[in-house]
Amino acid sequence: MNPTTISLLKLTVNNHPGVLAHVCGLFARRAYNLEGVMVRPIVGGASDRSRMWLLVNEEERLQQLIRQTEKLIDVISVEQHELKGSIFEQTEAFFV
Amino acid sequence: MTDSAIDQNKPPRPRISGSQLLIKLLERQGVTHISGVPGGANLPMYDALTDSSIKHVLARHEQGAGFIAQGMARVSGKAQVCFASSGPGASNLVTAVADAKMDSVPLIAITGQVPQAMIGTDAFQEIDTFGLMLPITKHNWMVRSAEELLEVIPRAFQIVLSGRPGPVSIDIPKDVQNELIEVESMPEPGRREANPEFDLQLVESMLSRIRSAHRPILMIGGGVIYAGAAAALVEFAEQLDLPAVQTFMGLGILRNDHPLSLGMLGMHGAPYTNLVLEECDLVIGMGVRFDDRATGKVAGFCPRAEIIHVDIDASEINKIMQPALSIRADVGEVLAIANTRLERGSRPVWRKRIEQLKLGHPLLLDGEGDLFRPYGAIKAVAALLDDSVSITTDVGQHQMWVAQAYPINRAGQWVSSGGLGTMGFGLPAAIGMALAQPERKVICFTGDGSLMMNIQELATAAEHGLDIKVIILNNQHLGLVRQQQSLFYDKNLSAVQFQQNVDFALAARAMGFKGIDLGVSDNPLAELELALKEHGPCVINLPISETEMVFPMVAPGGANRDMIHGESA
Repeated sequence: MNPTTISLLKLTVNNHPGVLAHVCGLFARRAYNLEGVMVRPIVGGASDRSRMWLLVNEEERLQQLIRQTEKLIDVISVEQHELKGSIFEQTEAFFV
Repeated sequence: MTDSAIDQNKPPRPRISGSQLLIKLLERQGVTHISGVPGGANLPMYDALTDSSIKHVLARHEQGAGFIAQGMARVSGKAQVCFASSGPGASNLVTAVADAKMDSVPLIAITGQVPQAMIGTDAFQEIDTFGLMLPITKHNWMVRSAEELLEVIPRAFQIVLSGRPGPVSIDIPKDVQNELIEVESMPEPGRREANPEFDLQLVESMLSRIRSAHRPILMIGGGVIYAGAAAALVEFAEQLDLPAVQTFMGLGILRNDHPLSLGMLGMHGAPYTNLVLEECDLVIGMGVRFDDRATGKVAGFCPRAEIIHVDIDASEINKIMQPALSIRADVGEVLAIANTRLERGSRPVWRKRIEQLKLGHPLLLDGEGDLFRPYGAIKAVAALLDDSVSITTDVGQHQMWVAQAYPINRAGQWVSSGGLGTMGFGLPAAIGMALAQPERKVICFTGDGSLMMNIQELATAAEHGLDIKVIILNNQHLGLVRQQQSLFYDKNLSAVQFQQNVDFALAARAMGFKGIDLGVSDNPLAELELALKEHGPCVINLPISETEMVFPMVAPGGANRDMIHGESA
């Protein structure tokens, strides 16, 4: 992974059918590059929320991409997150 | 249905079906009309509808139903509902929903779906409505139980009306419509949420930038109309002596003859309008999204200007233009504050320069004195009517001619498919406009190509006796395609001529409309006047030449300064 072009987004989303389709559909139709997706219900918290990690290959359009994602009704929050030590680094062995 | 599950010792509590609950929730939202078409998968909804005060408008095609609801929403500002069945019913709605998304219209599309147990089996009239509607709505649902309706329906109204308006879609499987539930209490109706808060200091910064600018221009769009802020905008422009260009969606905010109005900008804007933008040093965009038809080639748009952008949709800011200052807010709230804080000013030098450009590079309406030339036809219609009428169009040359030449003098007077550019929009939209504002006459300018795309709705309009005048600028061609082939494809005319002529006056009469053909009239102007002024539906065929063009024109992808002019220009 080249850390200069890759960004990591941490999303809190509602946990019900269709949410993943809304988020991934947005990326597909706006032609944003999505490199990785990890999603699970939030552990120990409210069961109606999921945590979604997105690995995106966007630099110039990143802020625009975040604003578009924030507009989705089922997206509670979007934060930019450091890549170091992320879920994607820790799971690289599963993707060889 | 048997009630064996109910404890026999307790008195039975009233239960209602999902469909009955749906209709009650819609009534509580203040819905007065629903346009739609029934079918197998929404039979329970229609069964429940007969007990309701809501009037149903039976369209002849689901796309027509979608545009009827859109027409109502566009002139009333209220959320409107359309119904369709599953499968082809839902897919026929898609274009009207997508059109509502592009033009920010609060439309709620409610579709029937096959029973949940059959979803995924390729059942009769099954289609993935959730998947189809997902990319063209603000949000969409598949409702999985009758109880969910208690949350989904109010939320749908809240979403379509809040922030930047737009459509939602609700897909309801037939078993959910039939499910019987006890409703303890009904939820509060969904309403528009409070607008986003903004920093008042930004309004001061905006005013200060306007004060220090030498050649500022307002660029105003549909957001101003949706915010109900046209009057506040006029006051703002007048107090600060700010000339204003209007986007296609913003026509009518300033009266056409207002001294500060520079008309429409962009691809078919007046020459002086686009030239003023070349010289300006500040553009204040309000309720606009810097659409490509308005800006032309972005790198060449207002090359000397700093940009201020006021819009309620955060994702529009920085999308196309990089503003020096932006305010994410309701434009009406920004204007209300600005109007109490501004210092009145005047800009005689800039205004004089604009007058020079206006005189040197006017909008030439070639043939405006001739009833059988496009501009002449539009001017003749306008001369016979006042500002109380509403104007809608289809899509193509006639739409651009009307946008250029018809004096739109009232915010909300003008309804047209801007973003998606849907041929077939005009007639059903006119039906919705007439239903929502029965006191207003609706003029629908159309072309022979566009009208054929939803001509079946003539029967719907006739059924309701609506005061709609459909004026066909008939050149027996797909005129705007022909124009582009003439200008950009070396006159290689491909598939633009209709070989089979349609007698539209006769077709209209076949569907309960009055129909006249000015092309065969002994006194066309008198016949036009009579047709326009009497109450009731009428189709007016007006033949024009296929060689007519919309000028000026900026080539798609070109800069606005590079306008192509007609021969007379």
